[in-house]
Amino acid sequence: MSLEFLLASGIGVVTATGIYLLLRGRTWPVVIGLSLLGYAVNVFIFAMGRLWLDAAPILGGAPRVADPLPQALVLTAIVIGFATTGFVIELALRSRHETGTDHVDGHEPGQRPAAHAGSVQQ
Amino acid sequence: MNALLDAFFGAHLPVLPVLLPLFTAALLLLSGDGGGQASHGGAQLRRARRISLVSAVLGVLLAWRLLAEAAAGTLTVYPLGEWPAPFGIVLVVDRLSAMMLALTWTLAVPVLWYASGGWDAHGRYFHAVFHFQLMGLSGAFVTGDLFNLFVFFEVLLIASYVLLVHGRGRERFKAGVHYVVLNLAASALFLIGLAVVYAVAGTLNMADLALRVAQLAPEQAALFQVGALVLLVVFGLKAAIVPLYLWLPTIYAAAAAPVAALFAIMTKVGVYSIVRVHGVLLGPEAGHAALTAQPWLLPLGLLTLGLGVLGALAAHSLARMAAYLTVASVGTILAGVGLFTPAALSASLYYMVHSTLVMAAMFLLVELVAAQRGDVQDRLQPAAPVAQPLLLGLMTLLAAASVAGLPPLPGFLGKLMILESAALTPAHTWVWAVVLVGGLLTLVGLARAGTILFWNTVPTAHAPAASGGSWRLTSATLGLLGLSLLLAVLASPMKRYTDAAAAQLAERTTYANAVLAAQGGPAAATTRPYRGGEGEVRLPGAKP
Repeated sequence: MSLEFLLASGIGVVTATGIYLLLRGRTWPVVIGLSLLGYAVNVFIFAMGRLWLDAAPILGGAPRVADPLPQALVLTAIVIGFATTGFVIELALRSRHETGTDHVDGHEPGQRPAAHAGSVQQ
Repeated sequence: MNALLDAFFGAHLPVLPVLLPLFTAALLLLSGDGGGQASHGGAQLRRARRISLVSAVLGVLLAWRLLAEAAAGTLTVYPLGEWPAPFGIVLVVDRLSAMMLALTWTLAVPVLWYASGGWDAHGRYFHAVFHFQLMGLSGAFVTGDLFNLFVFFEVLLIASYVLLVHGRGRERFKAGVHYVVLNLAASALFLIGLAVVYAVAGTLNMADLALRVAQLAPEQAALFQVGALVLLVVFGLKAAIVPLYLWLPTIYAAAAAPVAALFAIMTKVGVYSIVRVHGVLLGPEAGHAALTAQPWLLPLGLLTLGLGVLGALAAHSLARMAAYLTVASVGTILAGVGLFTPAALSASLYYMVHSTLVMAAMFLLVELVAAQRGDVQDRLQPAAPVAQPLLLGLMTLLAAASVAGLPPLPGFLGKLMILESAALTPAHTWVWAVVLVGGLLTLVGLARAGTILFWNTVPTAHAPAASGGSWRLTSATLGLLGLSLLLAVLASPMKRYTDAAAAQLAERTTYANAVLAAQGGPAAATTRPYRGGEGEVRLPGAKP
């Protein structure tokens, strides 16, 4: 079993899990799903520089050089993903506080939202 | 001193529209705005407003200076940190970028003016976040690198998340959760698309990509097209095209009026990216990957237009109607882009400028009208008459006629140009039919809304509680409306400019020569000694 196969199936499983959780109705699984999706995407970007063994991402000297750019890109993506995850957790908490439920639609399934209650504060 | 200033501006002008809002926002965060205390006349808030507005006016000056330079045909390339492309990130200001910059900043001033009429006191740091959003927008329009485009997308998105929930309220938080989750999922897709593009082409610099995509072998080009179509999904979500527009009406209707007005340009960022990537990069000269999006863009654009108009007809509130009309305007623009001719692109660019301004004015108008209708707000049902029927009625009439495309308003000119440019293409029947019927239905919908709002009034025993709108709110809305109407007067120079912009976009070699000058222009040898050559060592077990 090659490293490529292992990596590709790993990305596939994590992505599938992420998407499954993303489609749940509660904000917490959705946040976890987004994080998992982010991890899978980060590894995917990393793998787009091809997989290398025993190669430094530094040009000069060494006969083999790994592509440094995807590594730089993935750093940026990790930082942005971290910030947005932090934001979405905070938003989910505030939404829970404002609507009284952690359902993504702001009301429990089967319950009608109170008519025009709490509509936009002017 | 003057010479020094000139040298500074000459050297660093392209990056200033990004840095100015960044520093302004940081300053606003540090100085605080006393918001959230509902202290309308607080000294801190007044100072924040002053800083914010002065900075926005400075931004307009910068953007218009860049516009003047671009109009003369200059293609300004700014290598960040002096790293030459394609190693470093470059900012490129061509006619299209300069036009979008000028549009963004020109839109920002009246919207900020409107917001300082009271909306900014409904929460904290409105002005700071607004400037972060402007930074993201400016950056997205000037960058010449696809990954940098992603970064600026994230900047403008995270600012828009905060702006959307500004003023709080249950409805906004519910919409906010949907909006944020949707956009985070789209960001993941964006990264996947970028990674695939990089894996095939080995670069993310737009000029470099344009050269490399033309040289791809058929099987590589197929993979590149996959990446490009993933990007189309992402940009399509931002631009709100079928079937990815369903989020837009609820969210734009839930946002505060000045926020919704600023969001009028957010969909245009998606359109701009589609033009850059699918219209230019994958244009007719892109070798095996040429015209990847052609089978999709035109039908999707027309469908978006049709469904947007139907949504506007069915809308039960003025805000939702305006939101659906935004969707319809995006459809019109994309139909023009999807024709893939310079004339149609030029017409679409003209229509894009107009529709951004008039839709922003429309969102502000919605609130002006709603504020004078008591509890009914902007719902389309008979209510007590508004306090200023003449002023608001006339403003609504002008905006509506321009959205629907009645002569001699700029909306008419834009649609006429798109129809004219479509006349010689095989798709003309569809374009003409959908755009014209769409215009008629828009007119019907808006006429119905206007009739209910201004004529179908129920007399009330007590006088209307709300007095007229404050002069700040009214003047900001009038200003935006005036700007959009000005486009009819300036149609001729404007059209010349968009014609030149479309022609400039088609000249891939000039663009590549300018951006990759340090590498010897298009003739540059490979910049990646570690890839593709003999030195590449494969992993044991990997198939060659």
